[in-house]
Amino acid sequence: MTMRTDYLDIKPYTKGWLTLVAGLGVMVAVALFAVHHMESQGHWVTGMSNQVVWGMPHVFAIFLIVAASGALNIASIGSVFGREPYQPFARLSGLLAMALLAGGLAVLVLDLGRPDRLFVAMTHFNFKSIFAWNVILYSGFFAVVGFYLWTMMDWRVERFYKPAALLAFLWRLILTTGTGCIFGFLMAREAYGAAVMAPLFIAMSFAYGLAVFILVLAAAGRMTGQAPTEESLGRLLRLLGLFAAANLYFVAIHHLTQLYAAERGGVEAFILSGPYSPLFWIGQVALGGVAPLLIAFGGCAHQRRRRAVMASALTILGGLSQVYVLVIGGQAWPLNLFPGMDVSSAFGDGSLHAYAPTLAETALGLGGVAIAGLILVAGATAFGILPAPAPLPELATKCDT
Amino acid sequence: MLARLLLVVMLMLAGGTAAQATDLPSLPKARGGTCIEAPATMRREHPDMLKHQRDDTLRLGIRGAKASLKDCVACHATSAADGTSIPVNAPGQFCQSCHAYAAVKPDCFECHATTPAPVKEAAR
Amino acid sequence: MNRRSMILASGAVLIATPALARQPGQPASAIQRWGLLIDTSKCSADCTICVDACKAEMGLNGHGRPETDAQYVRKIDIKDPATGAAHSLPVMCQHCAKPACVDVCPTGASMKRADGIVLVDRHICIGCRYCMMACPYKARSFAHEEQSGQKPYLPRGKGTVEGCTLCVHRVDAGLEPVCVESCRAKAKGAMLFGDLKDPDSDIAKRVAREATTRIRADLGLEPGVRYQGI
Repeated sequence: MTMRTDYLDIKPYTKGWLTLVAGLGVMVAVALFAVHHMESQGHWVTGMSNQVVWGMPHVFAIFLIVAASGALNIASIGSVFGREPYQPFARLSGLLAMALLAGGLAVLVLDLGRPDRLFVAMTHFNFKSIFAWNVILYSGFFAVVGFYLWTMMDWRVERFYKPAALLAFLWRLILTTGTGCIFGFLMAREAYGAAVMAPLFIAMSFAYGLAVFILVLAAAGRMTGQAPTEESLGRLLRLLGLFAAANLYFVAIHHLTQLYAAERGGVEAFILSGPYSPLFWIGQVALGGVAPLLIAFGGCAHQRRRRAVMASALTILGGLSQVYVLVIGGQAWPLNLFPGMDVSSAFGDGSLHAYAPTLAETALGLGGVAIAGLILVAGATAFGILPAPAPLPELATKCDT
Repeated sequence: MLARLLLVVMLMLAGGTAAQATDLPSLPKARGGTCIEAPATMRREHPDMLKHQRDDTLRLGIRGAKASLKDCVACHATSAADGTSIPVNAPGQFCQSCHAYAAVKPDCFECHATTPAPVKEAAR
Repeated sequence: MNRRSMILASGAVLIATPALARQPGQPASAIQRWGLLIDTSKCSADCTICVDACKAEMGLNGHGRPETDAQYVRKIDIKDPATGAAHSLPVMCQHCAKPACVDVCPTGASMKRADGIVLVDRHICIGCRYCMMACPYKARSFAHEEQSGQKPYLPRGKGTVEGCTLCVHRVDAGLEPVCVESCRAKAKGAMLFGDLKDPDSDIAKRVAREATTRIRADLGLEPGVRYQGI
C-alpha cells in the first residue's frame, strides 16, 4: 500500500450514534421476540409448512450471506488485484463482510427447529452434505477475514497481508459456490438441481455485496459528514453495472436451458408467467438487473452519488426478489413424482404450494439486518474502519460515468 | 458502607441456601422390582447409559438392552386414583423431582413418551 | 376382539412369511434389505385404511392443519390426462438404497440402517429441513408444534423432522408394518412386505417374476418400495 489513508475516528454516544444504535437495537429486540414466539409455539405459527419448508427468514438469511461474500470484493480488488484506488475501502469491506455474514447466520440459526442444538451442528458433521461444508466455510470465513483485517490494521503482521488477502478471496469464492450448491445439488427439485447455481450465486454475491457496500459508504458519509468522493462512487457504480449484467447473464442462461427441456416447461411457465412472475420480471430482472445497468452506463443525468445510491437500492430490491423467487417460488412448484400425470393427494401433491410470510418471519429477517448493522457500528467505532475521503484529482469532464 | 451492604447480602444468601439444602427430592416408589443398577450408580451414570444405548438402539438396531428409557418409564411412572398413568416429568413425579432439585432440564421428554404403553398394547 | 385380531394376525403370519424377530443384542444386518411391493390395481381411490392405520399406530394426532400436520404415508390419485386412466396408490418414504436425505443432512441425523430402513436420529436433528428439500418423494414431515401422547416406541417432538420408519419397532419384533397388515386385514391386501435379499421370501420371488416399477427411478436412488400397475 503506497498511499497513506486516514481512517475516521467515530465518536460514540453522540446523539446520532445513539439514535442509530437504539433503532437497530429495537429491531433486534423485535426479532428476538418473534423468535421466542415461533420457538415456543412451534413453526405452525409461521407461513412455512411441510410443502414450503424454507420461508422469509431464509430469504433474508441467504441474501445477507451472499451479500457478505460479495462485500469482501472491494478489499480483494485492492489487494489481490493490486488496484490502489480501492485499497482505502478494504477495512470497511472486510468488516461489512463479517457483519453481514453474522446477521445472516443469526437468522438461519434462530429459525432452526432446534436452535438449542447449535452445538450439535458444530460438532457432528456429515461430510457428504454441502450444508455441513457450508457450516465449516461460514465459520472459517470469520477466522480468515478476521485475520485479513488484522493484517490490514496491525503493522506487526503486515507481511501476511498479501497471503491473507489471497486466502480470503479464494475462501469467499468457495463459500459462495457452496451456498449456490445448496440449491444446485438438489436434483429432485425442477427449479434447482443445476450446475449453473454456483456461478449464478457468485454473480449475485458480486452485485448484492457491492450494492450494500455502496449504501453503507454513502450512509456513513452522510452521518460522519465526510462523504466519499464522486470519483470513487463513480468507479463503484460502473462496477455495479458490470455485476448486474453478469447476474442477468446467468439468470438468462439458467432459464434458457430449462426452457429447452420439454420436461421443465411446467416449472418455467410457473416462474416466468405464474404467480411469482411479477417478482421475477419487475423485481429481479427490471429493477435488480436492467435498471442498475442503465443507471451505471446510460448517461449521467444526475451526479454520481445519487446514481450510485439509486442503483444500489434497486439492486438490493431486485436481489431480495431474486432470492424470494428462487427459494420460495422453487418450493411452491410441486415435486414431479409421476411425470405427465395429473396428481392429487391430501399432502399437497400435484398442486402449487401456498406460502404467505408472517410478521414474525419478516421481523426475524429484519433482525438479521439489524445485527449486521450493530456489528458494523461497533467495529467502525472501536477501530479506524471508515476511510477519510482522499483528495484525488477529479476527472472534471462534462459527463463522466 | 459498601462492606456493610455486602455483608447483609451475603448473610441473606447463606440463610437462603441453608434453607434450600434440606429440601431433598422425594421420589415416588417404582412399580416394578429392582432397578437395573444400584441407586447410587444410577444417579451418577444414567445420562451416559442412556446416551450410549440410544445410538446402539437407533443406529445399529440393537434391541432389548438393559438401559431402556421405555422400561424406565414403565417402571417409574405412577398411576392416579382412576388408573391413568401420570407423566414421569410432571411435578413431584420420579424424573421431575430429582431434576428440579439438581436444576437440570432433561431434553428427553420433548420427544419420548412420558407414560408407559397401555397393557393391551404392550402385550402385542 | 383380542382373540380375533390375534387369529387374523397369526393368519397373516402364516400366509406371508414375516421376518423373524431379531435376537436381543443383535444389530441390524446388511444381509437383509426390507422392502415393500404394492399392487395398485388393488388400491381403491377412496380407501385410506393404510393411512389411518399408520396415524393410529404412530400416534400422529393431527391438529386440524393439513398443511403442517405430519403425514408419513398418503394416498395419491393419479390420472393420465391423455387417456383418462386413473389409479390410486399409497406413497411413503421409499427407503432408498442411496437416500438423498442422508446425503444432505448436515449432522448425520438422517441415516440409513444396515438393513435398509431410513430413519431420522431425532437426538441430533437440528430441524433445518434440508432433507425435506432434498427428498424427491416429499416423504418427510416437520413437527410444527409441541407433541404429546407419543407412543413409547415412536418418540417424536417439536422442531425435528420425521417420516415413515417402515414400522421399524414392529419389524425388529418379527412383525410387518401396520399399513401392510391393515390392508390385508381390512382392504384388498395390496401391500406385501419382506426381505428383498432373501431369495425365499415372497416379495423377492414376486419382484423377480413380475414386472414392477419404482417412482422416479431415473434419479438412481434405488428405492426399496416397488409398485405395480402405474
